[in-house]
Amino acid sequence: MVFAAAVAVAFSRVDYDWNWPAVWGYRRKFLQGWLVTVAVSLSALVVSGLVGSVAALMLRSGNSLVEAAARVYVELIRGTPLLVQLLIGFYVVATAVGLENRYVAGVLLLSLFSGAYMAEIFRGGLDAIPRAQIDSGRAIGLTPWQSLRLVVLPQAVRLVLPAVAGQLVSLVKDSSLLSVIAISELTLNAQEVNAFTYSTLESYLPLAAGYLMLTLPLSALARWLEHRFRYEIA
Amino acid sequence: MNLVVTDLVQRFPAPAGGGRTAGSVTVLDRLSLATGEIGTLVLVGPSGGGKSTLLRILAGLDMPAAGDVAFDGEPLPRDEEGLRCYRRTVGTVFQAYNLFPHLTAMENLLLPLVHVHGLTEAGARARVQAPLERFRLAEHAHKRPAELSGGQKQRIAILRALVVQPRRLFLDEPTSALDPEMRAEVLEMIAELRAEGRQFVLVTHEMAFARRVADEIAFVADGRVTCGGSTEAFFGRPADPRVRAFLATTLVP
Repeated sequence: MVFAAAVAVAFSRVDYDWNWPAVWGYRRKFLQGWLVTVAVSLSALVVSGLVGSVAALMLRSGNSLVEAAARVYVELIRGTPLLVQLLIGFYVVATAVGLENRYVAGVLLLSLFSGAYMAEIFRGGLDAIPRAQIDSGRAIGLTPWQSLRLVVLPQAVRLVLPAVAGQLVSLVKDSSLLSVIAISELTLNAQEVNAFTYSTLESYLPLAAGYLMLTLPLSALARWLEHRFRYEIA
Repeated sequence: MNLVVTDLVQRFPAPAGGGRTAGSVTVLDRLSLATGEIGTLVLVGPSGGGKSTLLRILAGLDMPAAGDVAFDGEPLPRDEEGLRCYRRTVGTVFQAYNLFPHLTAMENLLLPLVHVHGLTEAGARARVQAPLERFRLAEHAHKRPAELSGGQKQRIAILRALVVQPRRLFLDEPTSALDPEMRAEVLEMIAELRAEGRQFVLVTHEMAFARRVADEIAFVADGRVTCGGSTEAFFGRPADPRVRAFLATTLVP
């Protein structure tokens, strides 16, 4: 509330010529950009979940070579800016392997980025399941795969939900950087409208609103899931 | 059952310190043991003596570094796949945290029946109903472990091991984590099952209970069985001075 009031006061003091009609003329452009952002984010959300799962399993595979490979991936991705990854990934790597569709490349690069964070979240969740639970699963004769599916994952999901939700919200916002490889998503379109109309605030405020329309439902969904999976630890 | 253990060795990596590569700690040191034809074997002895380590090997949870184990002349498998099949024919209950916290008591009971032993959900429910009622647990079947008392949790855990119709049960200090009043209900259940001919190998610190249910007792200390044999002989006139000292401190009535 205090924060909202402070922002309202700040805006009221700004000496600025509002020109909403100019930007309103580009409303279709905003909508198209927003739809691309939705599509790219949702795709990357699914793919990064897969990438994160595989990398997490690799991180605790017990095979030191596999673990080292996954560790290098995670540290390399988490230690470098997404901007650099996108530029090198698209203009150098994707070009070299003949991947010309920038949308596919963009989703893959974003997924690799987010997947590294997901991997560490998943690994933490799996590691948090007590040894006694694994032993109990073995004692009743479960195979390692059954133990993962029936005992470990259902408990780990509940533990990682808040962190995963946070990561997904970040992923949606990080998709704005895809503008640097000329993917026509919401941010790129807002930048273009700004360039056409010189109405900076009128271009970027709808941009913020567009991301909130994605991230708020995502957070709400995560809270609802967290509530559904809630049970006390024995 | 008849159990023969020969020169069993188990080592664990020593806790590493100061960045040096640590060696290993020998927990079982050429442990040997041979029982007669008995129903219940109780393992007793000081903490850290190797009781639980021995029980885990007998239950097929860990593979020994060396040595042989044979129940009724049948040696334990030496590969994980074989041990898993073996574990499906026996039941094991630990000191605590046996139940899966995300499942209700009923779901905990059904899980091995449905996913390991191939029963249908309805068939599994039919099988657990009578035991649940017999041990007055039916009214708690819909609860998650967090809503159960410690004694109820352990009794559900014993039931879960029991409903798959195992050849024998391995119990690792099943009452050590419980309050005294809950200990009694769990021990009573074990005594009842033993009276109807169930076979047990159990680790316990409850000496009065050990005396009541054991056919034979093995005293495990320093990774060996230093004294073993019939319950009467063990409590009557132990030859081993360490056993005498142990019994003196554990307040046998």
